[in-house]
Amino acid sequence: MKLKKDLAISDSGFLFNPSSGDSFSLNPIGVEIFKLLQKGESDDAIITLLLNDYAVDKNTIDKDLNDFKIMLTNHKLINA
Amino acid sequence: MKTKKTYERPLIKSLNSGLMNKFGKRTEWTPLTEIDGVKVVDLLNEYGSPLFVYSEKKIRENYQHAKRVFETRYPKVQFAWSYKTCYLNAVCDVYHQEGSWAEVVSRFEYEKALKNGVPGDKIIFNGPDKTDDDLMLAIKNNSPIHIDHLDELYRLHELASGLTKKPKVAIRVNMDTGIYPMWDRFGFNYENGQAWDAINKIITLNKLDLVGLHTHIGTFMLTPSAYAVAASKMADLAINIKKKYKKSISYIDMGGGFASKNTLKGSYYMGSDTVPDIEEYAEAITSTLINAGFDKDEMPYLYLETGRALVDDAGFLMGTVIANKRLSDGRRATILDFGVNVMFTSFWYDHKISPVEELGYHTEDTTLYGPMCMNIDVVRENISMPPLSPGNHVVAHFVGAYNVTQSMQFISLRPAIVMIDLHGKPHLIKTKETLEGIQRDELVPQHLKTFKL
Ligand SMILES: Cc1ncc(COP(=O)(O)O)c(C=O)c1O
Repeated sequence: MKLKKDLAISDSGFLFNPSSGDSFSLNPIGVEIFKLLQKGESDDAIITLLLNDYAVDKNTIDKDLNDFKIMLTNHKLINA
Repeated sequence: MKTKKTYERPLIKSLNSGLMNKFGKRTEWTPLTEIDGVKVVDLLNEYGSPLFVYSEKKIRENYQHAKRVFETRYPKVQFAWSYKTCYLNAVCDVYHQEGSWAEVVSRFEYEKALKNGVPGDKIIFNGPDKTDDDLMLAIKNNSPIHIDHLDELYRLHELASGLTKKPKVAIRVNMDTGIYPMWDRFGFNYENGQAWDAINKIITLNKLDLVGLHTHIGTFMLTPSAYAVAASKMADLAINIKKKYKKSISYIDMGGGFASKNTLKGSYYMGSDTVPDIEEYAEAITSTLINAGFDKDEMPYLYLETGRALVDDAGFLMGTVIANKRLSDGRRATILDFGVNVMFTSFWYDHKISPVEELGYHTEDTTLYGPMCMNIDVVRENISMPPLSPGNHVVAHFVGAYNVTQSMQFISLRPAIVMIDLHGKPHLIKTKETLEGIQRDELVPQHLKTFKL
């Protein structure tokens, strides 16, 4: 799974897709994950990083990351 | 070891749908951590989830406010608590302590009011379903009987012919107040002369004592002017009775129907911004009665059977998030441990629902579902919520009216109910249902009691 190339995201969580004109708002952890995905990090790497930083269990992150990626797909932010 | 950051579910929300959208307002997301100084989480820990909570303080404030609003505009006012709106004994007792009589629509409610200690002559007996036995009991207790239809009128005449004392009665009147739909199922119609005909019969036959006139024009009425129309038609009947028969009617009962601050489904504006204040209903009714032409010494009492407007905002339903799901079209779904089985009014209203925990100011649009295995079990179709996770809690507001009385024992046990007193002390006023309690009235024929699988 790969994010579209020209997406711009600000630290405050404002995301813009120039090819469609759509804009989005992300919460801080959403921004963090988005940036890791942009860097091409694997799911496992993202989960390990988050587990290290946040008071949360692996199952929850796994489930939420999955859900987040479904939403990215729904919003057409993933390369088909 | 370093301390870890608090976790929140990652969210992404489209900004294209515009700022004010159908998912509601920012104020909805403010957490509600306490009710009358008691922590919501403590209540749930102590009494279980889900849980109904009533605020005694709010009930009394609502009643005292309504009483003051009417009494500053009209000399003789009497409220009668509409039992069907919420007949938990503790709730009824608060109203009775404040001076409210009882308004009932069935034998069951009638006996409840008697058992609560309301004197018979202060129980108003409404409704279309009264048996001879019910009527005799009401006559014996000197309760005002509000006649709903001609069959009841004739039954009462038969019952009264064997008595020395005249039963006290009123007739229920229905009428066109410019509101659609018109509630013409109950009582005698004003416009077509039925009401006047019933009055003539009662007074001419001279077996019943016509003490009052009653109407209830509908419920959740958003137009105060409809009450002015209704009051003028009621006053017209009373004044004509005086003219024709030299008889003064001692009360006009305007029923219930004032809207609470809930938001009706499908309406764009929040109920708290658009629903009329009780002052507006009071002004419409009292100025009409005062200007109707009654003699100063013969102003009838004004009875009010206000239900939802006095109790809706005193009741809360709190519960727990069970799970989150993503529906096939990408919408989020949140499943709660309470549903339409105990929150019947979700069919009517977009109830305000608050999170309990502080979950950050980012929100997502979601549908709140109840726990039942049924498609109709929707608590809120569209709502903006901070990212709720299993174990988080929510509170539904404005659920004090009709939810407890109309709740269904379906699939699961109905929750406990707590009332917080004026000093912030919670009291259990109804225990959570038990399997034994529910099965107490069930009987199993002997031949079905054994089986082998
Ligand atoms: C006869 C009568 N009185 C009073 C009420 C209370 O109405 P509300 O809760 O709308 O004030 C009702 C409810 O429908 C009613 O039927």
